[in-house]
Order: sequence, then structure tokens, then C-alpha cells
Amino acid sequence: MALRLNRRIFLTAAGVGTAGAVAALRPWEALLDAADRQPLEPGTGVLVLVTMYGGNDGLNTVVPYDDRRYQDARPELAYKAGQVLRIEDGLGLNPSLKRVKRLWDDGHLAVVQGVGYPNPNRSHFRSMDIWQTGSPGSPSHSGWLGRWLDATGTDPLRAVGIGATLPILLAGEKTAGAAVPLGPLAVPAGPQGQAFRAVEDPFPGQPPLAARVAQSGEDLLAVAARLQPVLDQVEEGEQNGPVLEGSGGKGGAELAPMPGLATGHGPERAKKAGRQGELADQLGIVARLVKAGVPTRVYNVSLGGFDTHADEKGTQERLLAELDAGIGSFFDALGDDPRGKGVVLATFSEFGRRVAANGSQGTDHGTAAPMLVAGRSVRGGLHGEPPDLADLDDGDLKHTTDFRRVFATLLERVLDADPETALGRGRFDALEFL
Amino acid sequence: MPTAARSALAHLYRRAGFGARPEQLDAAEKAGYAATVAHLLDFGAADPAAAAVTPPELSLVVQQGGKDASAQARQQARRQAREQGTRLTLWWLRRMAAADNPLREKLTLFWHGHFATSIQKVRQPRLMYQQNQLFRTAGAGPFEALTLAVARDAAMLIWLDGNANRRQSPNENFARELMELFTLGIGNYSEADVKALARCFTGLRVQRQTGTVRFVQRLHDPGPKTVLGRTAAFDVAGAVKLLTGHPATARHLAARMWSFFARPVGPAEEVVARLAGAFEREPTGAALLRAVLVDPELTAAEARTGLVKSPIEYVVGALRALRLQPEARHVSVLRRLGQVPFAPPSVGGWPANEAWLTTASSLARYQFARDVARRADLSAVADEPPGQRPDAAAHLLGVDRWSRTTAAALARVAGDPGGLVTIALVAPEYVMN
Repeated sequence: MALRLNRRIFLTAAGVGTAGAVAALRPWEALLDAADRQPLEPGTGVLVLVTMYGGNDGLNTVVPYDDRRYQDARPELAYKAGQVLRIEDGLGLNPSLKRVKRLWDDGHLAVVQGVGYPNPNRSHFRSMDIWQTGSPGSPSHSGWLGRWLDATGTDPLRAVGIGATLPILLAGEKTAGAAVPLGPLAVPAGPQGQAFRAVEDPFPGQPPLAARVAQSGEDLLAVAARLQPVLDQVEEGEQNGPVLEGSGGKGGAELAPMPGLATGHGPERAKKAGRQGELADQLGIVARLVKAGVPTRVYNVSLGGFDTHADEKGTQERLLAELDAGIGSFFDALGDDPRGKGVVLATFSEFGRRVAANGSQGTDHGTAAPMLVAGRSVRGGLHGEPPDLADLDDGDLKHTTDFRRVFATLLERVLDADPETALGRGRFDALEFL
Repeated sequence: MPTAARSALAHLYRRAGFGARPEQLDAAEKAGYAATVAHLLDFGAADPAAAAVTPPELSLVVQQGGKDASAQARQQARRQAREQGTRLTLWWLRRMAAADNPLREKLTLFWHGHFATSIQKVRQPRLMYQQNQLFRTAGAGPFEALTLAVARDAAMLIWLDGNANRRQSPNENFARELMELFTLGIGNYSEADVKALARCFTGLRVQRQTGTVRFVQRLHDPGPKTVLGRTAAFDVAGAVKLLTGHPATARHLAARMWSFFARPVGPAEEVVARLAGAFEREPTGAALLRAVLVDPELTAAEARTGLVKSPIEYVVGALRALRLQPEARHVSVLRRLGQVPFAPPSVGGWPANEAWLTTASSLARYQFARDVARRADLSAVADEPPGQRPDAAAHLLGVDRWSRTTAAALARVAGDPGGLVTIALVAPEYVMN
């Protein structure tokens, strides 16, 4: 332990301030032991964020179909009363959101209306950064959930991003979450594994980025050791489970195309959806990890392609159908498992879109949009005020709910954390959807 | 342990290319740093190795029946696009792996990341190929001409909806990204500028059947527009001239290029002002590139330890060093590592450094390393006695020297040359650029 401590001091002095670098210094084995001995209590809050890249059109997701201004502003794009899945007088879900509508009917879906932040930015990158860092004023180098990680411990397994890269959302100043790939977790074993472990061992005086390289390898072994047994339980109909190299199984040495881990028809689905179209697969992995009781409190999954400047309707319907299938099968997979009880899923995108169509049957970058929040513990219904289509800001919606109020609610009521640790000082009153 | 001069040249070859083989470094050492930079920048010279990589035969993917196409016709068009897309990607990877002068391919990769366009939306491999050739042939030339050609490029017009940008209904997608990402940088324009600039670019149309671009006068807005405080009847060329000549563009582009070749920086850093000055004196890709490569800071400690190999650099570099040819399976490797040519995640291009260092990418690197170590001829390592093999692997892979930690790890597997090269390829010293 003394050695570890010295390293930590040394690396900190050497300027290792970037996300994850200091996390290199944890004695992994001890942590894993602790995780094994202390699986998450059933009912513990688990937050699953669905990041929708590109700017999802909120007005065509939760549709104010009765509002003349909505119909007039986008005659070719607007949905009529008969087309939407009606949830309230004058308000309906996009026709693609059939399984989400069932959650609504069961009282497990909250729609938080008009979510945004002051002085909206219309750049994809800047606005997504603002959402993920929770910092609309000055740029921040850490995500709001990264800061929650910083404040509450060191185990990167507490926050997991599904995919090859980790969003800034899960990167703190000192700690970072783990990125778990969709493919098999076939890590090196035997003498080769020992050499791998030895080479990926950060040391004093190592340049910070090189230490990060080593860190990623060390984290890989730790994450695989913890998650592999869970992911390895091949369910019926599945062809590819993760395989430990050298265990005689298939998949370790061959660089096969990514198999779908989570559902029997994973690869088929991914093919159909075209792009990174495996949201259901990503959420399938999450469901399995949750049910196994791994000590992860936060997950991030993602879906891209929402930048619908042209020919919006077909594209958005296809993407929302993928979202719908992902959310539907996720809650089906959780079923009434006791560990699924505290799971709360929330969707967000970097911005909504302009109220008026742009003439290429699409919409340009806009501002506020609704967030969908789902789960057995969620208080279903509409929350927050709907944006007023009669009171626009240069053609854009004015937000009615600051996104930090939603984050504060999730921090306080899902993660049992003090919102100030992640959002800084300032009062962001919790909402009543939980 | 190489001399300081050789070490600097190896670094130059990693950044300006995909790493040097030992015999290339021998020649460079004789010539010296300045002459090597001049040689790398000599894009006029023939490159028989790159030319020997046969360009892919690509035809425009046409869906029979247009908008009313049957499911079968759609599926066939998708299959054709996918198959052509793989050939296109392999062609470029093979050029990168083969080129005698890798800087031209590296500069093409830079521009591809700068004007990032994805085949996911364009769906026409041939148009992506045309755009790629544009970066290759015009990337060293005047930035204004390059930007103008990009503004009229078919793939870009589809990608950022310029094709839908008409006088009657402007579409501001291209205009916004042109200012935010391609020229001025964020914070140097207003929302009103975006709207006005979109009008300047109205009227360009891609012929879907031929892939050619036409300017349709009646779709163009000829009226006066106020952009960045200047009012005139700007057209496409006029708008590009205004933006590319703006001082913010010099700083933005200099920062982007230094970030790609040296280490990530913002526009406010000192080195950026120096590079921007060189670019303003001669606003061409070649002049800015030369300024980057001869800047003393490129070989100073901060830049040396400031960049992780991007997945393309990592995979192509390893294949070059081991004399292997890129194959279709390497496209899958790149997908798992998060960087597939022609498919950047967004118009912002690819991220850098920490983004490549996740648990998931660590696994993908290891699997790739193991695969290539099994396939390659490793006699340069295997022929040495076990005690010498770690150094032989460093020599083969163009690494100056291993840290003590890495050397100790390699010693564990020195009896197995394939295992040793696998570990060497995932060692921090190799993963760093």
C-alpha cells in the first residue's frame, strides 16, 4: 500500500490531472474483492442514460398535435391527431414509440417538458459538451457524472459506458468510468497475460499519457475479471459469449466481426439498423450487468444520427423505432427482477430543433426538448411546463426546465448523492418525477 | 539506443507518416533533419509504391425505382454500397501502408478529419473517393481553393445538406460547420452570420444520377448579405474568400494542424501564433505543414509525449513495420478501435489522445497485436538470442527504447518471439505516437 500511495503522490506532482490517471493507482484486486463481497443491494438506484447524438427533434417526439402553431410551422413534418400515440389532450408520442407508450400506460414513464439551459448553443459539439459537463456557463473538463465519481470513490466500475470510447460525461478530474465493448471480452491469459499485466503497469516518472495507456490495459483486466463471468452466461439462442483466451472457446484469437452479446438476434439487428445500430444490444448488456448485481450505478448507452436537416420524418421514425425497441426490450429483460426496481432510464440529446421546417423536409438546430424518464420507481406523467409555441425566441423554444434540475433529481433520488458535488453550488430544486 | 538525431528523425517519421523502417532512418540520418523535411514535402516527386495500389473501380450506386424502389432493389443498392465502401477503405489503407512518401497520405488524412464527411450519410463510395482525391491533390495548395472545391464537392453537399440549400428555403447546416469547424472556429461569428452565410451557398445541386455538381442560378439567392460585418452580394466563391482570408481562420487552422501532427492545443497557445503567421504569409497547406514540421517544438519533450497514435496510425504503422498488407479484417479492427476511414463519427472529425485509451480499445489493440505477430515474418527478432530480442523488437518497430517496466515485461516472454512482439505492440512506448 505504501508503494501505491507514493506513486499517487508522485504522479500527482508530475501533473497527472487528467481523467483516470490517478485511478491507475488503486490496488485493483482489493477493489474487486470488495465488489464481489458487496454486490449492489436489490433496489439500489441505477441510472441508465441514453445519449442521442445529433439533436433529436423534441416536437416530433412528444407531439403537441392540437397546437395550430405547430401544424402551421411545419406542415409537411407535423403529425396529425390520428397519427400519434395520444398521452394527454393535445399531446401524443411519435408513432414509433409504441413500447414506450406502454410504459406510459403502466405509469412508468415521465415526460419532462421543455428541458434546456440558458443561452442555448447551436453547435453539436459545444452543446453536447454543455449537456455532458452540466456546465452551461464556462467550459469544463469533466462530466457531471465524472465529478460524481470523483466525489464518491475510486472504482471505475461504478460508471460504465458501453462502446469503444468513453464520453466526457463519465470522465472526472481524477477518475473515469470504464468503457465496455460490445464484442467478446477475451483478455490475455497465462504467461502472455502476466506479461500484459506487467507491461500495463503505470510507474513513477512515466509521461502522463503513457501512464494512461498502461491504465487502460490495467483497467481492462480488472473490468474483464469482474464482468466476464456475467457476460459469459450465454443465454439460450446466443452464439457468441465472451471467451477467455486459452480456455479453448471460440472468439479469442480470431478477429471476428462484433457479435451481439445481449440478444440472440444481435448481429441481425445491428445489420438492419445500419449504423451503430445496436442500441438494443447495448441495453441488453446493461440489463445483464444490473441483474448480476455488479457495483455499477451509472451506465451510458448511445444512439446517433438525429441531425435531420433534410428528409426528417423517415429518419427520425427509424431512429425512434430503434430507441423504442431498445427501451422496450431493456425493461422486458429486467422484468420484475428485484435489482431492476431501482433502475431509472433517461434520454437526452444536445438540443431540439427549430419549430419551423426548413424547406428540405427537415429542421435546423434548435433548443429545448423533452426528456423521457422511465422506470418502476418513476412517477409517470407530465412534469414541468410545456414550452409556449406562442412565445418563441427568434423561432426557437424557450426552455421551461433547467437541465440541472433534472440532473439534481437523478443525483439525489437515484444515486443518493448530494447534487452540489456534481453540479456545484447553486440551487437546482429536484423535480417530482421520482 | 539511437542517437539524438536519429531519435528526432524517427519521431518526424511517426508524425509526418506512419513510422520509418530501419533502412529509411539510415538514409534520413545521412541526409539530416532539414533535408528529410524537404524530401517529405516534395509532393511533385513520383511515388511508384503508392501508384502501384490500384484505385478501386467504383460506380455510382443507383437504386432502381428511385423513391418507390422495392425492398429488394433497396437491399441490392445497400449491398453494392457496402461492398464498394469496403474496397474504397482498403484501397486507402493500402496506400497509407505502401507509400514511399507517407506525408501525402497523412496530409490527406488530416484534411479528411478537418472537413470530416461520412459515408454513412453520403452512401456513395465513388463520391467519397472523389473527395479523398481532392484532399490528396489539392491539400498542399492554397487553402482558399481547397475550401472552395470542398464547398462544391458532391459528397460534402450531400453530407451537410448543401444540396437542399435553396433560395426559397435556406438550409444552414453547411454554413454553420464551415464557420465553426472548417475556417473561423467557434466564437468568431454570430447566429445572424450563419443565416446570412447559408444564403451565399444556395443553388448548388448534386445530380443524383451522375454525381456531378451544377450551379442552378434560379435556386441561388443573389441579394446582398451581411457576413462578419461586411455587406455584399456574396456568392459561393466570395463567401469562401471572405472566410478563408479572415485572421481567425489562420489561427484555427494552425491549431488544428498542430493538434494533429504535434499535440492538442487551443488557438490561444504561443506556437499557434507562430504557425498562423507562416500561414498568413503563404496561405497554403504546404506552407503551414512546413512550419509545423520545422518548428523546434515539434521535437521537444512536450510534443514528443503529447500524442497517442490514432487507431489508423496504430494499425497502419504496425502493418508497415511488419511488412503486412491491410486486409478486410483490419477494417473491423479499426471499427472496434473507433476510427474507420470515410466514417468519422461526426462533422467534428475524430477525437484524440484519451479518447483512444479506454478498456475497450486496450482489448482491441491486444487482439490486433496478437494477430499480426502471428502472421508476420519476425526473423529480425527470432534470429537474436532471447536476451537481445526486446532491443530487436524496438528496432523493428521504430521505438527509441523501452522503459524498464516494459523491458522487464518483454523479458518474461522473450522465449516466444510472437508473444514478445505482441506485448511490444501494446506497450505504452509503442502506443504513443
